[in-house]
Amino acid sequence: MSHAHHESTPSLHVHPKDPAKIRKVWVTAGILAFVTGIEFICAFTMHRGPFLTSIFVLLTFVKTFYIVGEFMHLKYEAKILIWSIVLPVMFIIWLITALLMEGGYIFVERGMIFN
Amino acid sequence: MATAAVDNDNKNLWGGGVEPMKVSYGKLMMWFFLLSDALSFSGLLITYGTIRYSHDAYNGLIDKFVFSDTYWPVPEKVFTHIPFTHTPFPLVFVGIMTFILIMSSVTMVLAVEAGHRNDKNDVQKWLLWTILGGIAFVGCQAWEWTIFITGSEEGRMLYDGSIFHGANLRANEYGPVPFADLFFFITGFHGTHVTSGIIINIIVFYNTAIGTYEQRGHYEMVEKVGLYWHFVDLVWLFVFTFFYLV
Repeated sequence: MSHAHHESTPSLHVHPKDPAKIRKVWVTAGILAFVTGIEFICAFTMHRGPFLTSIFVLLTFVKTFYIVGEFMHLKYEAKILIWSIVLPVMFIIWLITALLMEGGYIFVERGMIFN
Repeated sequence: MATAAVDNDNKNLWGGGVEPMKVSYGKLMMWFFLLSDALSFSGLLITYGTIRYSHDAYNGLIDKFVFSDTYWPVPEKVFTHIPFTHTPFPLVFVGIMTFILIMSSVTMVLAVEAGHRNDKNDVQKWLLWTILGGIAFVGCQAWEWTIFITGSEEGRMLYDGSIFHGANLRANEYGPVPFADLFFFITGFHGTHVTSGIIINIIVFYNTAIGTYEQRGHYEMVEKVGLYWHFVDLVWLFVFTFFYLV
């Protein structure tokens, strides 16, 4: 609505598009769609179990890498910023793993008590 | 702001007046907010994992699967409905939702890219697509909840002999009670994030349209909401994997 008033405001210089950059965005999107497709195929063709679960977890981390690295641009930030984010997340991943094991233990113990 | 002279001197680097992490205050704080938000989502994920692993898994043939209290349901047998048809299409609807959210992330990257070029029209165009994608996603989620809450026509007999259809926080036809509880809490918490993301995006769209960022001289605010939007997208990928696929 205010296009006509551009001249009156301190207008910024508009830079031309960089096709290489935009291509990279779409390539990343393609990779994300492709990986999700693989997950879908695995969900319907493979037998459920720890192996399939680890494939899902692995592929989710692949997608995480592309979203955080490319879309959120973290790959290109200063090293200290990358580690400030990644290191706490690594501790979270450990906590998740630990509590999954704890869950399995609760299941076994419950079976012993109630059966 | 950082000058080459200061960069070489580590003591001065943290002495103030420069940006040691080479991002502005606002962007840095957005990163740390997202980290803290990741902690809250991890809390839900940890709860989900622990409760799920403390229940029995279904070990029989997938074709013979029936809903029962004694084991955790197989997600592809629970989430089979897509709107306007009664033919089962397992996981197709969430697949569409995932696609919508990934696409809205792509349009957000393009909005940020346009912001770097000070291209007001492109920022507006891509932000609008992002907002539409977000609204489409939340709409799908509302539908998904409705399907989940309504349940199947047959329902399932509970321990007290009554037939129960669908789900609430106290009972559900799909499996153990915590299954539905966790579904509501995790997808609900995520849906709340998407909703607030849409509202923030609308505010930024409005500010772009009235020329606030043009006068400010940069479109960094688009970058900051972009970070938030990608994070919400990322969380959905985890919900998708751990709630719908595993």
